[in-house]
Amino acid sequence: MLSSLNVRAALLSVVILIVTLGVWEIANQPPEVKEAKTEYEMLMGGSAPHARVPNPSEIGTLALAELSDPFYDKGPNDKGIGLQLLYSIKRVMSGYFLAALIAIPIGFMIGMSPLMHKALDPFIQVLKPISPLAWMPLALFILKDSEVSSVFVIFICSIWPMLINTAFGVGSVKKDWINIARTHELSKLRTAVMVILPAAAPTILTGMRISIGIAWLVIVAAEMLVGGTGIGYYVWNEWNNLDLTAVIFSILMIGIVGMVLDLLLAKATKMVQYVE
Amino acid sequence: MSNKSLGDPFNPESDLQHGPACNCPICVFKREEAESRYECTESEMTERLERAVYEGTATDSQYVDADASADAAPADPNAFRADGSPDNPTETPETIIDRAIESAVVRAVFGHNEASRRNFMKMLGGGTAASILASIFPMEAAKAAFKDKIGPLEKKKLKVGFVPITCATPIIMAHPMGFYDKYGLDVDVIKTAGWAVSRDKSINKEYDAAHMLTPMPLAMTMGAGSTAMPFIMPAVENINGQAIVLHNKHKDKRDPKKWKGFKFGVPFEYSMHNFLLRYYVAEHGLDPDKDIQIRVVPPPEMVANLRAENLDGYLSPDPFNQRAVWEKVGFIHLLTKEIWQGHPCCAFATSAEFARENPNSYGALFRSIVDATHFSSRAENRKDIAKAISPKNYLNQPVPVVEQVLTGRFADGLGNVRNEPDRIDFDPFPWHSMAVWILTQMKRWGYIKGDVDYKKISEQVYLAADCGKLMTDLGYEPPAKTYENYTIMGKTFDYTKPEEYIESFAIKRT
Repeated sequence: MLSSLNVRAALLSVVILIVTLGVWEIANQPPEVKEAKTEYEMLMGGSAPHARVPNPSEIGTLALAELSDPFYDKGPNDKGIGLQLLYSIKRVMSGYFLAALIAIPIGFMIGMSPLMHKALDPFIQVLKPISPLAWMPLALFILKDSEVSSVFVIFICSIWPMLINTAFGVGSVKKDWINIARTHELSKLRTAVMVILPAAAPTILTGMRISIGIAWLVIVAAEMLVGGTGIGYYVWNEWNNLDLTAVIFSILMIGIVGMVLDLLLAKATKMVQYVE
Repeated sequence: MSNKSLGDPFNPESDLQHGPACNCPICVFKREEAESRYECTESEMTERLERAVYEGTATDSQYVDADASADAAPADPNAFRADGSPDNPTETPETIIDRAIESAVVRAVFGHNEASRRNFMKMLGGGTAASILASIFPMEAAKAAFKDKIGPLEKKKLKVGFVPITCATPIIMAHPMGFYDKYGLDVDVIKTAGWAVSRDKSINKEYDAAHMLTPMPLAMTMGAGSTAMPFIMPAVENINGQAIVLHNKHKDKRDPKKWKGFKFGVPFEYSMHNFLLRYYVAEHGLDPDKDIQIRVVPPPEMVANLRAENLDGYLSPDPFNQRAVWEKVGFIHLLTKEIWQGHPCCAFATSAEFARENPNSYGALFRSIVDATHFSSRAENRKDIAKAISPKNYLNQPVPVVEQVLTGRFADGLGNVRNEPDRIDFDPFPWHSMAVWILTQMKRWGYIKGDVDYKKISEQVYLAADCGKLMTDLGYEPPAKTYENYTIMGKTFDYTKPEEYIESFAIKRT
């Protein structure tokens, strides 16, 4: 029964997709191209407006062309979509793991000590809601490197969900379990590693999953701002040329990569899940 | 003769002013000539003098031997070869140029006061004085930029930033058309999203040099809008080449008096675009700070914002003016050459530090830019350039749009084909008077306050002399002066009276 439900759902998805794309394609026919006669018309590039939302078939053609050679490198301003995505992923990963390295230990500290929790809370509350991109001018000035600055922006946006979730997860570990550890005379460090970490792991990983989503959202905007390389620069460069086909294609690619990153973290969360 | 001053400026014994007691070969020669010990033609005498200069600079310790050296001046005019190769094996044309520059700088530092220079050199010793001077003045850079032959490049791989607009044509086309290679440089031209980022990357030294707007190095040097960092602007890139574009719905509002409440885009605060737009509307009686709204919008985002009616119009660099017409979103209301024929726009700039530390690379880069700029200014090259700079790696624009901008034969969006060959032109010479005008406008609109030493800042940042010398070396003709007056919308700008010029405007922030 379950498998047949899955099959039916998949079929329905495909139908919805085909119908939507079909309606889009038919309703959005390109205007008839009239032969440009006068010099004025030629200089205007024909009489019809050029800009319109592209059809799925045009996007598909472009996607095929781009994906058949994703790693070309024709100089610093023209690289394949695959290379651009790798640049972005590299930045996200460096900022994200740096954030995890700092957020998880501090989260433990806050979760285990009510005093630290109360003392650090005001800072976290003020810093948390700041849009990561607002840090960019300051980062550029202090760090004096656009590459490091974009990594910093990823770092600062992914640190808060991990920090808060770790603190929450650690703080809500059942008191009984800690008491049991104490009766077994486990040291503080061993208690943290053997009892609290496994107990809080699902919450911590949930925080990490939220963080990677945010980091991927932010990298596109950061790269549009700083330029150079990355998927954000790709979008900006095509916007520069008002090329909506390429913009839609890159939107799709951003979505797919974001989904893969999220799935990886979801798998990891499942692995540490436990039933009481 | 100007080469008379080629005595060693760091030698306390030499007399750079060549007073009556001077015993340098030139002066001795002159005195002897006055006493008619020689009888020779004008050209022969020039040759002898030049000869004397060569020998004199090579061996300044032999001043006592002046008679001998003057006597040794050759009778055979071929002895001084026209190709500049020296007879004296220790002397090259380059060291002579070095000496000329050192001498000029040292004399300038001491206010042309010989006595104080000589005392100072005696006290410190020439070597120490030379190193102190080198720390405050980019001597090596000045020398390298002046030389015909460039020494070994300190840095071959350079990064030059550009914003993707046609103003940057010389910087960009120098890459596909091989002007950087010609001077032995391996340059990466890096596309940048906007000028704020370009400025920050230049300050951070991620870029060795960058495409900037002519007011930017002035503002950066003064610390207006950013941290103060000395920037030099050895060359302008383009003149003219901007336009005021309005949204198609404003086709009936060609009179600026009807623009109250309009939202305009300019690419950057410290830009000619901002100052020209302010000037233009103010001349038509609108206060640019109250009657209209001016927003900073990066050039590539102009058309999208115009289409979304976020902006009523903009004064922006091409190709985005022509692109708005091509997209049938807007029309060209006015070319900026109609406000000020020959106004500067974008510039090639670098930090004083880069020029000081890499004098030869800086010289090579400077040469490639001046060369490329001249190549760009020739009408017959424009179509090829349009094809070379349109691909994704550079402007990422349709070729016909870029071609219309560069050739000046374009559709204006109102149904006319216009033919304006000087719609955009390229001229590297950084006029000091242009800098003075920009400073007056910065002061007029309150971007800088207090007293401004117009002349000093202009001459410090705009390296007109260097550029002029280089143009001569490359076979182009530089202007004979560095200041001139302009007529902007019928109003005369007198560079000698900047304060009075500001006062003469009805709308201002001072």
